[in-house]
Amino acid sequence: MAVGKEILDTLHALVDRDITLMHICGTHEAAIARAGLRSVLPERLKIVMGPGCPVCITPQGEIDAALDLVERDCTIATYGDLLRVPGTKGSLESSGGDVRVVQGIHKAAEIARREPDREVVFISVGFETTAPTVAATILSRPPENFSILSCHRLVPPAMAWLLGQGEASLDGFLLPGHVCAVMGYEEYERFPVPQVVAGFEPEDILLGLLMAVQQVREGAHRVENAYPRVVTREGNVKAKRLMYEVFEPYDVEWRGFPVIPASGLRLKPEFEGYDAQKKYDIEIRHVDKHSACICDKVLRGIARPSDCKLFGKVCTPRTPVGPCMVSHEGACKIWHLYESRRA
Amino acid sequence: MCIAMPAEVLEIKEGNIGVVDFGDLQQEVRLDLVDVKVGEFVLVHVGFAIQRLSREEGLETREVFRQVYAAMEE
Repeated sequence: MAVGKEILDTLHALVDRDITLMHICGTHEAAIARAGLRSVLPERLKIVMGPGCPVCITPQGEIDAALDLVERDCTIATYGDLLRVPGTKGSLESSGGDVRVVQGIHKAAEIARREPDREVVFISVGFETTAPTVAATILSRPPENFSILSCHRLVPPAMAWLLGQGEASLDGFLLPGHVCAVMGYEEYERFPVPQVVAGFEPEDILLGLLMAVQQVREGAHRVENAYPRVVTREGNVKAKRLMYEVFEPYDVEWRGFPVIPASGLRLKPEFEGYDAQKKYDIEIRHVDKHSACICDKVLRGIARPSDCKLFGKVCTPRTPVGPCMVSHEGACKIWHLYESRRA
Repeated sequence: MCIAMPAEVLEIKEGNIGVVDFGDLQQEVRLDLVDVKVGEFVLVHVGFAIQRLSREEGLETREVFRQVYAAMEE
């Protein structure tokens, strides 16, 4: 890691004040924890994880809606990460229903084609990286016994909320490399804060941190790209076009956050035959959290997993209390795997 | 969730399906979101190619993605 060492040395020389940078990507958190990056960074440089894990930010009301669909004898298809997320009454895994793990939405649509007598609902979570795959599948006109519960969220509105709110006192952001692979980074240019698009190798992340720290020192704010081998300013134009052909933004709650304007994606009226919420008249209710779980604070970047009284004791990957301990991209699960040595 | 792996396009079949090579695994993926030719590299996420990459970029990043991916599956 010769390049990494050079970047790290420069970083140590440059960090002359307290700097807090947020990343908004579970894949970043996994890479940071796996490489042990926090333990080699300058003491005054803090990296916090924001709401970058789609499973974690899906509010309990939407998990409950998925469980309602199980009760109505639907076949549920979704990503493995979602199975253990606790709803008000158990999880998809413990529901006893016909719940199947699929690689992606196209496999869920195949189930619907193969089993025309079953009503198949895909629980569709994910940021802008994932939403275009759903759009492409909907545009391929899957059979009528197929629908989706859209739990999609958009990253920039959450960033706007975090910046407006200010509780995490952030000096800058590492932008999610694969969200930007699809979306580009033009829409982030409106935020007056240092931002760097970063990839997922330790060197990529260190380079992203270095570029962000340089901006903080200069008092500058712009979007820079430390992941040019994958990300361009305009992104994947075709994927973006398909996404907005099928979906429209709407105001929606995130776990740990209030309703954030225009931060969710729902199917446009012309595709409502594929909207499970309309098809089965499912109501998504707000559920107040009432355990000692602090996933909400972790997701807003104002608490670390190890700040939670439940962490590693009551709440473990086998017995998760909150969603951040369930998903492979949840900060708590990742810290449980890698970070116990770091206070 | 946003894990994505570079892969080489080996074959393009009817219906926007591509056979791609991840290095040690060949798999069919959906090509609805990209316009690619055989021999080009794509970034694959949840069974879909989500962006086209240059060949060099694909080879360079493949190994590292695989390591991160393996770690996530642990």
